[in-house]
Amino acid sequence: MLLLENIFMALSGLKANKMRSLLTMLGIIIGIASVIAINTVGNSMTSSIQSEFEDMGANNITIGVSQKSSSSEEDDMGFMFNDGPHSTTMKDEDYLTDEILDDVLAKWPEEVKGITREATVGNGQVTIDDDYAYVQVVGENAFGLDDAIADDKLLSGRKFKKRDYTEERKVCIVSDYFCNNLYDGNTSKAIGNNVKVVINNKNYYLTIVGVYKYEDEAYSSTSEKDTETTAYIPVGTAFNMLHQKSRYQQATIATASGIDVDSFMSEAEKYLNKRYYRNNESFEISSFSMSSILESMTSQLTMISLAISIIAGISLLVGGIGVMNIMLVSIQERTREIGTRKALGATNTSIRFQFIVESIVLCIVGGFIGLLLGLILGSVGSSQLGYEARPSTESIIFAMLFSMGIGVFFGYYPANKAAKMNPIDALRYE
Amino acid sequence: MSDEKELIIDAKNIYKRYYIGHPNELEILHGISLKVYRGEFVAIVGASGSGKSTLMNIIGALDKPTEGEYVLDGIDVMKAKDKELSAIRNQKIGFVFQTYNLIARTSAIKNVELPMLYNGIPSKERVRRAKELMAMVDMEERMYHTPDELSGGQKQRVAIARAMANDPAILLCDEPTGALDSHTGRVVMDIFHKLNEEQGKTIVFITHSPELADECQRILTLSDGIFIGEREGRVNAPA
Repeated sequence: MLLLENIFMALSGLKANKMRSLLTMLGIIIGIASVIAINTVGNSMTSSIQSEFEDMGANNITIGVSQKSSSSEEDDMGFMFNDGPHSTTMKDEDYLTDEILDDVLAKWPEEVKGITREATVGNGQVTIDDDYAYVQVVGENAFGLDDAIADDKLLSGRKFKKRDYTEERKVCIVSDYFCNNLYDGNTSKAIGNNVKVVINNKNYYLTIVGVYKYEDEAYSSTSEKDTETTAYIPVGTAFNMLHQKSRYQQATIATASGIDVDSFMSEAEKYLNKRYYRNNESFEISSFSMSSILESMTSQLTMISLAISIIAGISLLVGGIGVMNIMLVSIQERTREIGTRKALGATNTSIRFQFIVESIVLCIVGGFIGLLLGLILGSVGSSQLGYEARPSTESIIFAMLFSMGIGVFFGYYPANKAAKMNPIDALRYE
Repeated sequence: MSDEKELIIDAKNIYKRYYIGHPNELEILHGISLKVYRGEFVAIVGASGSGKSTLMNIIGALDKPTEGEYVLDGIDVMKAKDKELSAIRNQKIGFVFQTYNLIARTSAIKNVELPMLYNGIPSKERVRRAKELMAMVDMEERMYHTPDELSGGQKQRVAIARAMANDPAILLCDEPTGALDSHTGRVVMDIFHKLNEEQGKTIVFITHSPELADECQRILTLSDGIFIGEREGRVNAPA
């Protein structure tokens, strides 16, 4: 009851001294606005990165062959497969083989859903009369193809059959962009056509058996016509085209949901290194998961926005001091009012409460304005950076609680001063 | 009702000293005794510097005497702690000040509600009682105005309504007409008489004006911190 009365009174006080209140709140407004804006941008970045990574598969582990580090010290961020400055050329026996990958499948039938085996043949062009399309020819095993082309993404035709893989047939699945360029967008017309793909001046002939829907990459600058899309072929066919035995520099293991990806990853890495790479002088198996990268990126982003927030929070401190200052002035001005209230029976506690409520109201109103301003700034900032604005609920709650805290902290001293006033002196104050 | 008069203010040998740093000691009240009975309309008259304000502060439980005994409506004020003094001021005393002391930016009716708010009276009851009091002082039409929209006389009427809010044992008035012209001062005085006669409200009226004091039942003259005279006023005590 007293609380409500005090809140109304504080609000009418704010209204009566608009300019003064606004100037007082400015510190709080700027502080809260910047904290919220920074957090919104940070949060938007984090969640968009997160969703991108999740699209890539958070349950996936990539194992690959990497050069043994010459120094004894372990570089846990070194996910560079054979791309180091002093790389030794990989020999056939250094690569991952089907034997190794089959062993993984056999050893952990429960944990592993499947392994993507992939081989890139190269980038090429398909030309029919005056029309052309750029393609990247990639060989996939059945599991990898299912991962690359979800069932609802297949627009027409079919995926590869078992015999396409075993007989290493020269079949391919192309994108709808490809069809737009060469078959006027008629996907069924494309099916069954034998096309010539030119890769590094070599001609390869492939039969189109399916068309999938190409997901346009965000922020790509090339026109639809010139976009290079993937043409999928059976992985065995790819090795034939490359004149290689099947070997992989890296492979992606999809783990079953519910298992601890990171511990499985280190177990598998240890096992494979011990079994297949113990005697290899220059290469070893290393692995990483999306979740581990995601974690470290997210934590770094969080650290950065936290650090900036703390700096912005300093203006909250300054704002708080402003609030304390104005509360002291206000109490001085209203000495007679305080005296009168005491004469009418207000206890010290109720006077203290009144002024703390006033200070809290001042801060919360400031905090709220700051919150709105921060959300606007954050949204504009996020969209400028090309992310979907995602204000974080925690930071909103935090901002409101924090501004309330400032109200209590910086309002207590003035309020206490008011409460302790001698009613006689206060009444006599001119 | 028994014929015996009920004692509302019973103050004995009140001393008030201020210590302005040792050894300077300033004694304002030199052992004052005062008895006020229920339904009385008592004036305390004195020149400025006579100790009127100090006495008023003590009667109004805003301050404690340095020495002496003071029982207000059966409560020993000497023994009361800060919080209890607040409660005494809230429930037993209705202050009317020379300068009205209404809370700025707060409507007249909210001002009247204030003592009831501190007394924990529920909102509905508060509003009902405040309206009743506003009607009593003939201020119904202006009860939603803020003090700066009211004339001096109107403000003082609101202040009287506020003083009556918790139906106190005494109305303690400190020069209530001091800032008013003679006409509005008259209106305010009439309200006090009405309250005294119709509701039997006990009123202690502090003034420096002998003419206004003459309207009361009993006049005490204060000089240099001690009562130097007591006389009957023109108004007779109600039977």
